[in-house]
Amino acid sequence: MPLDASFAGRSWPAETYEVSLEKVREFAAAIGADDPVHHDRDAARAAGHPDVVAPTTFPVVFTWPATRRVVDDPALGLDFARVVHRDQSIEVTRPLYAGDVVTSVVVVDEIRDLAGNDVITFRVDVTDADGAAVLTTRATLVGRAEPGGEQA
Amino acid sequence: MSAVSDASAGDQLEARTVTITRADLVAYAGASGDLNPIHWNERVAVEVGLPGVIAHGMFTMSLAARYVADLAGDPTAVVAFSTRFTRPVVVPDDDTGATLELGAKVTDVADDGTRTVGVTAMHEGKGVLGKAVATVRPR
Repeated sequence: MPLDASFAGRSWPAETYEVSLEKVREFAAAIGADDPVHHDRDAARAAGHPDVVAPTTFPVVFTWPATRRVVDDPALGLDFARVVHRDQSIEVTRPLYAGDVVTSVVVVDEIRDLAGNDVITFRVDVTDADGAAVLTTRATLVGRAEPGGEQA
Repeated sequence: MSAVSDASAGDQLEARTVTITRADLVAYAGASGDLNPIHWNERVAVEVGLPGVIAHGMFTMSLAARYVADLAGDPTAVVAFSTRFTRPVVVPDDDTGATLELGAKVTDVADDGTRTVGVTAMHEGKGVLGKAVATVRPR
């Protein structure tokens, strides 16, 4: 089923997320990141950081739920059961720390058709409490065509 | 000085082998909030046509990004990472888990010392991350 092309270029209001010491520790432990700057506030400060440092991929904790709100909008027409996560990128403007209160704005960068499969790219722009850029993520999802189903 | 900040374009960096067990997937599911059952429930994974429980793509990417950060000797040095998820990593229900072989090669050194690093992630001899590129900037 083709996606609603009018979603391209649209953005969704900011969602707020507060980065916490314990969530940073939990995520770092889950990916085996044992550098003390992820776990120990004193070690992080000794290394010149204001608080424990979130691992590079930590933002998925809040960017994915923000994206999922749009993915699950019935008006978009994407069947999540047939979705494959094809591409992912993150560009960091500054490190993310415990204590940061960040907001995420989701933008649909592009919608296109690839041999009957729906391809959609979501961008999430993340800013801090001062409105300064922290990072941007991009995720490209592919909604696989139903076998024998309609082709666009 | 770290392995990355010493490296020139074309230099291959120290490889690493990591294992992924079902317990690792459960821990990552909880930490990331991605509770999709294909990453922990064999019955559901097979029902949707997968060979078995597979690792989250973001978990594999996280392991790869952490590997590059370790090579750089600084968890904040990886300022960009992009990849395509080309093949799933099937994680068996045993105590051994799946093996992921990570490799990295510096492909460019900018005037300010920023390194572009091409990253490979192999599982059972095949690449699971495509066009994986990290940008590493010294602090």
